[in-house]
Amino acid sequence: MTEFCSLEEAIARNVRDGDMVAMEGFTHLIPYAAGHEVIRQQRRHLTLVRMTPDLIYDQLIGMGAVDRLVFSWGGNPGVGSLHRLRDAVENGWPQPLALEEHSHAAMANAYEAGAANLPFAVFRGYKGVDLPKVNPKIRTVECPFTGEKLAAVPAIRPDVTIIHAQRADRAGNVLLDGIVGVQKQAVLAAKRAVVTVEEQVDDLAAPGLNAVILPAWTISAIAVVPGGAHPSYAQGYYRRANGFYIAWDDISRDRAKFQDWMRDNVLSKGPEAFRSHGRRGVA
Amino acid sequence: MSGPFTANEMMTIVAARALKNSDVCFVGIGAPSAACNLARLTHAPDITLIYESGTIGTRPTVLPLSIGDGELCETALTTVSVPEMFRYWLQGGRITVGFLSGAQVDRYGNLNTTVVGPYEKPKVRLPGGGGAPEIASSCGETFITIAMSPRTFVERLGFVTSFGHGNGRGDREALGLKTKGPTRIMTDLCVLEPEPDTKEFVVVSLHPGVTEEEACAACSWPLRFSPRVAETPPPTPEELRVLRELQARTKKAHSSEE
Repeated sequence: MTEFCSLEEAIARNVRDGDMVAMEGFTHLIPYAAGHEVIRQQRRHLTLVRMTPDLIYDQLIGMGAVDRLVFSWGGNPGVGSLHRLRDAVENGWPQPLALEEHSHAAMANAYEAGAANLPFAVFRGYKGVDLPKVNPKIRTVECPFTGEKLAAVPAIRPDVTIIHAQRADRAGNVLLDGIVGVQKQAVLAAKRAVVTVEEQVDDLAAPGLNAVILPAWTISAIAVVPGGAHPSYAQGYYRRANGFYIAWDDISRDRAKFQDWMRDNVLSKGPEAFRSHGRRGVA
Repeated sequence: MSGPFTANEMMTIVAARALKNSDVCFVGIGAPSAACNLARLTHAPDITLIYESGTIGTRPTVLPLSIGDGELCETALTTVSVPEMFRYWLQGGRITVGFLSGAQVDRYGNLNTTVVGPYEKPKVRLPGGGGAPEIASSCGETFITIAMSPRTFVERLGFVTSFGHGNGRGDREALGLKTKGPTRIMTDLCVLEPEPDTKEFVVVSLHPGVTEEEACAACSWPLRFSPRVAETPPPTPEELRVLRELQARTKKAHSSEE
């Protein structure tokens, strides 16, 4: 059963050194505030899993929290490179980064297999391409009925999944709306789940009878962090800060400039710094 | 290139023209997104545009910076989860055309968006495949749009991120692929299509003012030409107006989104 607590407590209780951590959110609802808290608590030797590492993993990698990255597309969407990710891979700064690289289809299937309590995912993919040559976890299985060769990858089973969502009710049931990505699968695949929300409400006001709702008993801890997805966005609350994504290219290109930015905006701040981004109704 | 339009505008417009009103199109980010939305705003108003974030039938007024901007979801017919998108819609064979770009392409339409140099110690670490490996194999056919230069049109790919025609005719069939693969490459200088017998991409039309020599100079392999090379029809005033308005709206929207 879930508990409401501060973000600091939620991370301290659920994220440990060496954990496999998935912070999901496909462009939308990326848990930035929670990622910053992981950085402030100086977690080390993490294996980070995420389809699109985005700026939040660029920050975690650049701050030396990450030993290994499981991913399928590592860029700044519409802008270019993730410079901290590149610096780690190309130059080993601030420490070497091991990669386990997949395609989106593989990771989406692998999360779903994890949620479904299966050992691996099977799909049609990776035909003729080079990723299986550099990732030994990409294998093939034969269909027992037709003999067709299909791609197989292990299920993703994170120690902890962290997501951001629009709101939770008093009991801790959580609603996601808009581009819902793989968050439901990532939460149900994980041993523990931490959720940050824009607000706590009496009534979830779910849009329709088939809304994406995670019952309270699937979640370990919830922290109310308005604006906690900025510079990503929360549909119905605030828009994606595309200007910041563009600005990150310059901030992250230089090691010292990156470290200055992290000191001023993450290390010396707390989750309350996100509050100014959490305005209701502008998205 | 002559005329009152840029090479980049010509590339986007020629790419947009390749799409039909009846297409269900899986849209890659960047150049493909501009071309697909230009098609929707000109000759293909009923085209179904799908982004890998799960948005189906989206009609954005400005181009998204990412494949998951809120506008895509707000204007979509419906938005599904990412596993559903890749399993039911892409793998399920519902997509007629996938629109891709890349850092490098070879003469058989194979794409690299992963690394330049050795994988373990890359000279340049690129973003990676994302949805592209399965877009390239599961869509009915794929279009590629990429600006042409010796760095992008390479003799040999260091890494195959997305499979085109492999080493030539028959390679897709040998892998059990039943889809057509890349059928057209649209660049800032010309349009290329695979030669039926070999599946090597050859120039079928040159954009207005572009010479064969210029196209050859922008390609690392000995570029070949179809027996009859046409001149690409120049942009119409309407195509240019709609594209420029779209890009002006997009620039304004993104610069205000701090």
